[in-house]
Amino acid sequence: MIELRNVAYSYGGAELFSDLSLSLTPGSFHFLTGPSGAGKTTLLKLCYGELTATSGDVLLFGEDKRQMTRDGVAMARRRIGVVHQDCQFLDHLPVAENIALPMTAAGRQSEVGDDLNDLMAWVGLTNQAAQLPPQLSGGERQRAALARAVITSPDVIIADEPTGNVDWEMSQRLLTLLVELNKMGKAVLIATHDLNLIRAAKAQVQARVLRLRNRKLQAAGADL
Amino acid sequence: MIGALRRGLSLLAGDSQADRAVPPTGFTANLTVFTAGAMAFLAVFALALSLAAGRLADRWGEELARTSTLRISAPAEQMAAQTAAAIRLLETTPGVAAARALTADEQRDLLEPWFGPGLPIESLPVPQLIEIIEVDDGFDPTGLRARLQAEVPGAVLDDHTRWREPLIEAAGRLRFLGGVCIVLIALATAAMISLAAQAALSANAQVIRVLRLVGARDAYIARAFVRRFTLRALTGAAVGTVAGMVAILLLPRADVAGGFLTGLGFQGWAWLLPFVIPPLAAVVAFAATRSAALRCLKEQS
Repeated sequence: MIELRNVAYSYGGAELFSDLSLSLTPGSFHFLTGPSGAGKTTLLKLCYGELTATSGDVLLFGEDKRQMTRDGVAMARRRIGVVHQDCQFLDHLPVAENIALPMTAAGRQSEVGDDLNDLMAWVGLTNQAAQLPPQLSGGERQRAALARAVITSPDVIIADEPTGNVDWEMSQRLLTLLVELNKMGKAVLIATHDLNLIRAAKAQVQARVLRLRNRKLQAAGADL
Repeated sequence: MIGALRRGLSLLAGDSQADRAVPPTGFTANLTVFTAGAMAFLAVFALALSLAAGRLADRWGEELARTSTLRISAPAEQMAAQTAAAIRLLETTPGVAAARALTADEQRDLLEPWFGPGLPIESLPVPQLIEIIEVDDGFDPTGLRARLQAEVPGAVLDDHTRWREPLIEAAGRLRFLGGVCIVLIALATAAMISLAAQAALSANAQVIRVLRLVGARDAYIARAFVRRFTLRALTGAAVGTVAGMVAILLLPRADVAGGFLTGLGFQGWAWLLPFVIPPLAAVVAFAATRSAALRCLKEQS
């Protein structure tokens, strides 16, 4: 579904990584780890088409990102649910409308109904539905971001530190949601520093752990 | 045509979800409404100017084309005889529908703007004027001049060609300038709305980024801005047009004050013409905003 082939990315003349390959296939579950500043977020942005690789090929659902039209990229993003590190909400819209935003942007607002309520209940935000994003705590924002990422039942879910601000119990709850979606055939890629989350996931699914280090993507050690 | 109308109506009905995705921006909203209103107000006057100039050109053209003047300068004792001879000659001239000598009172009225009231015209060597009304095809001025030279030597024929043409040309130019003003107003409106739309797009760069990230297409994002600016332009232009029409209505009446400027206004069905201005402003705003939005969205990527 998403494939990076020998990808390099440079920013401001400095090469962040090179010769990097990654394939997100249906049902795959990947964790991405690495020190801060290694380029994890950049790698995720390449995966959902916000950035364009300096060299190498990025294929989004079989299409070369460089050859895609702007509408083509938009259509591909509808198949990718993203949890951003900084959540990226529209602060003037209530939480419920923010979560439903991918549906409305895709012209599917008529399909938003009970699913939205169920999803908000699952992430524990039923009482915050009418609040504005700035009124939410860090953890609530991350839960809302995850709900928004999965509301369209996308083929690929990409999450950047999705449990950074939530307690252990809620992180397990969110992980369960991602695992269930993965079992339905969705590809999942999570960038995280949370080793406990990785271990918990590996206990439930066949997860592959990758480490971005020294500009290369490597398989993590057996301890993970 | 029907398709275009449907598209226009669906635009006005709009996509409330797309509209909500972009927060309202007070400054650009007020700027757009004010600009559209002011421009519509000016457009009403430009339209009135253009129509008044057109009417003036038509009136001068019609009135002056159908009349001529014969001026008889002769010693006082021969004046009556030469006038009578000229009238007889004119009555037998093909193309002349009627001819009559102006009375002393009429000639006094003509001179009054220059000499004031109560001019003792009888004691002055004022030439006798004969008004000639022509048939539609008119007469042959060269032939008439030749006959007058032979039979009424003191007569000078003025068929108004000399000063009618520059006047009609001036009125035509004025009408053209009125049209140019309307075009310039439309272009200035488009420029102002483009700037306001660009400001709104820049102010909402983060909103646009989020919408893109969730898979919104450019057309969806642009629609929110386009609809908003189109409605603002329509509202502002409607207010400006009504204000302009009221101002025109309050101008002094032409038949009371006289003169060209007081004739600035609309007559009959022409009062409906200003109502074209608000939809026209909306079309201009639609095109300007859409163009600016799509350009900005492309540049922001």
